[in-house]
Amino acid sequence: MVCDQCRERDAVVHLTQIVGKTVAQVHLCEKCAAERGIETTVAEPTHPLGDFLQAVQQQAAQLPGDAARCAYCGTSLRDFRASGRLGCAQCYGAFDQSLRELLRRVHGSTRHEGWRYEPQDASEGAEPDREGALRALRDRLQRAIADEAFETAAALRDEIRGLE
Amino acid sequence: MTLDLSLLPDGGLHWLIASGDHAGIVISSRIRLARNLSGFAFPARAREGERLRVLQEVRGAMPRLASLRDGAFVRVDECTAQERLLLHERHLVSRELAGVERKGAIPGAGGVIVTGDAGVMVNEEDHLRVQTFRSGFDIAGALRDAERIDRELGQTLPYAWHQEFGFLTACPTNTGTGMRASVLIHLPGLVLTQEIQKVLQGLQHMGLTYRGLYGEGSDVVGNYFQISNQTTLGRTEDELVDQLMRVVRRVIEREEEARRVLQRDAGYIIDDKLWRAYGTLRHARNLPAGEAMTLLSAVRLAAGLNLLSGLSVYTLNKLLIFSQSAHLAQAEGRPLTEGEANLARAKYVRQVLANEARHTG
Repeated sequence: MVCDQCRERDAVVHLTQIVGKTVAQVHLCEKCAAERGIETTVAEPTHPLGDFLQAVQQQAAQLPGDAARCAYCGTSLRDFRASGRLGCAQCYGAFDQSLRELLRRVHGSTRHEGWRYEPQDASEGAEPDREGALRALRDRLQRAIADEAFETAAALRDEIRGLE
Repeated sequence: MTLDLSLLPDGGLHWLIASGDHAGIVISSRIRLARNLSGFAFPARAREGERLRVLQEVRGAMPRLASLRDGAFVRVDECTAQERLLLHERHLVSRELAGVERKGAIPGAGGVIVTGDAGVMVNEEDHLRVQTFRSGFDIAGALRDAERIDRELGQTLPYAWHQEFGFLTACPTNTGTGMRASVLIHLPGLVLTQEIQKVLQGLQHMGLTYRGLYGEGSDVVGNYFQISNQTTLGRTEDELVDQLMRVVRRVIEREEEARRVLQRDAGYIIDDKLWRAYGTLRHARNLPAGEAMTLLSAVRLAAGLNLLSGLSVYTLNKLLIFSQSAHLAQAEGRPLTEGEANLARAKYVRQVLANEARHTG
């Protein structure tokens, strides 16, 4: 199998990318993978968060979707594993399964029992907030470009055009 | 930007007043709530422009927030290194946001709102870190303050929220309530009787944890410990606070017991040790920060044992904060080298103690 990007070398990295509801297979050679910032060896976590990160690491090792990314901010499960930090609120949905297991280990529960919060209704005043939505989309587009996540970037560009 | 301390209500130090319960042993009680705004990536992942907009949203909301509108707003990333250290020494800004250990650039668009007994950090690990402080042992009071601020903020700025997980935070160790309740507690009796390890291990079995004077990653100096809840999800804020209060009450009892044992079994040795510490502080000409912390801890114990009746807990609390490097530099009106700070520290402590001795005759 040849690399999807350079079409020259043999593909050695096989990624499953989930963008929205579509699942795409990407096959890359070592060089192109490195250019996209995809590590081909498993990196040691750089932050000594002890037991917690070990738990994340063990958790992630069991999961095949290591390279799965949050469609909103572009953080991958691997990024999370290295830093112990999620990139945005949507990461909780993107990594739902891994996080549930992790929250159970860390807190002994996944269910918030404390103060409730009534989110402000997003549909109300949707029109005045169009600018806010556009700004958020442009931020995501910038991040996608920086990450060279071009499929995500293309989808975001279309979404922005639609709104404009 | 030059930080004008007179603009900070109470200098953000109202909690030093030493008015609460057990104020000799528990210096302060604190609640921290981690919150994020919906629609923005968390600060570490957000680009500079996005962080700046978060900062503007928060600043723009201030006039509509009854509990914060009279507070001072400080752009932390526009402060000098010394000013940032000063805010950190006052527990208003974390090590990370103050860039205490960084040599070069610090995170952009960092801010803090300061009121008399509360603060809100902006663009730390999470968009918002609400902090409330109470003097002495009064975690429930700090929780009430935090709840009021949180409610106002949440009504004005839409929070990142999940029906099942609760408040969403950058680190899953804070998810749910986002709450860290803590007490800053002085435990020299337990350290001297070598009971402290047992107590600290016991904390972990009770779902609690401990840190040094300046929170995560800081060393335990001067026998000051911060005891706090470990988990944030699966229990209500009140339950977490109740549990912490129960355990801290027990720790206070054990500390008092240890002090009685010390006085009974080693009376004159302890007397001598504490009076020597006081003598050194009254007369030293060169006082490194670590030594000052250790000696002030001894003097605090002496006051607790009623050996030094004239010294108020408020003065001891004040010395703890104002004898630190950035505060000394602020008082001298110029940056100080470490050596100069040691001389300034000795002079400052001498003056405060001499003054107090005069007042009490």
